[in-house]
Amino acid sequence: MQWNSISDFFAMGGYAFYVWGSFGLTAVVMLGEALVIRRQRAELIRHLRTELLFESASS
Amino acid sequence: MKTRLIHWFKFSSPQNFYVLAGRLQPLFTALAVLLLSVGLWISFFVAPTDAQQGEGYRIIFVHVPASQMSMFIYLIMAAWAGVGLVLNTRLSSMMASALAPTGALFALLSLVTGALWGKPMWGAWWVWDARLTSELILLFLYLGFLALQSSIDDPRRADKACAVLALVGVVNVPIIYFSVKWWNTLHQGASVSMTKSPSMAAPMLWGMLIMVVAFWMYTIAVALARVRNIILERERHTEWVKHAVE
Repeated sequence: MQWNSISDFFAMGGYAFYVWGSFGLTAVVMLGEALVIRRQRAELIRHLRTELLFESASS
Repeated sequence: MKTRLIHWFKFSSPQNFYVLAGRLQPLFTALAVLLLSVGLWISFFVAPTDAQQGEGYRIIFVHVPASQMSMFIYLIMAAWAGVGLVLNTRLSSMMASALAPTGALFALLSLVTGALWGKPMWGAWWVWDARLTSELILLFLYLGFLALQSSIDDPRRADKACAVLALVGVVNVPIIYFSVKWWNTLHQGASVSMTKSPSMAAPMLWGMLIMVVAFWMYTIAVALARVRNIILERERHTEWVKHAVE
């Protein structure tokens, strides 16, 4: 391992902003996408259920 | 002798594929999480410091996977869209629609992580170089696909129009890939080559390859989850969806 301390690790040899920026953004985008799909599914199912309720009420 | 036949065409029906995708998705999610953990660990704790770029080169572990995914997803998306156009299969077009947002996000990540790498190494966030410009066009192609789709109300007509756009745009993918050979560019050549032995240190190469596979698993998991939403939405007037959401 090439890190002598934790602060050494976070400093990334002076490239902290660029390295952590890249990994951080990638993580935010990937986690965000997964969460958005999950929320869309929950909303869609809720919406379809209400549609069904209206249908059965009107028939 | 009786041979066991798998009826693959069974899964071209949205209803059957909805169930299959629901079963496969957790598997690919688990693989993605596992491989991402291993890949990140190699990226930061196993791969040595680069002789020229110090610790700054570690951006490669997200930049290369994101960039190659943005190109592969485009090819797969165009292939599904093309199959949907020719065979008139609804599920193929739904697969293309499910891949487009993920491809757009990876194209964006490729450009942003590239800028974050370019600034310290080249001294510029952006240059109008062949590799960077053609990747930017790829992002615009994805955005065009998404915009065209949302602008046409009838989903089947939208599928056809988007398929034509996607297929025409395929010409850009080899341009991106070969841009570093065809033109003089600031961007370095291919990181991994089929014909030459790898020029990178083994842990760096392994870290990168594991991250690439991890991004593939992530993409499959996300595309399966999204196609399930699209199927529910588009098939909402069928009996099976009514039973499925009850």
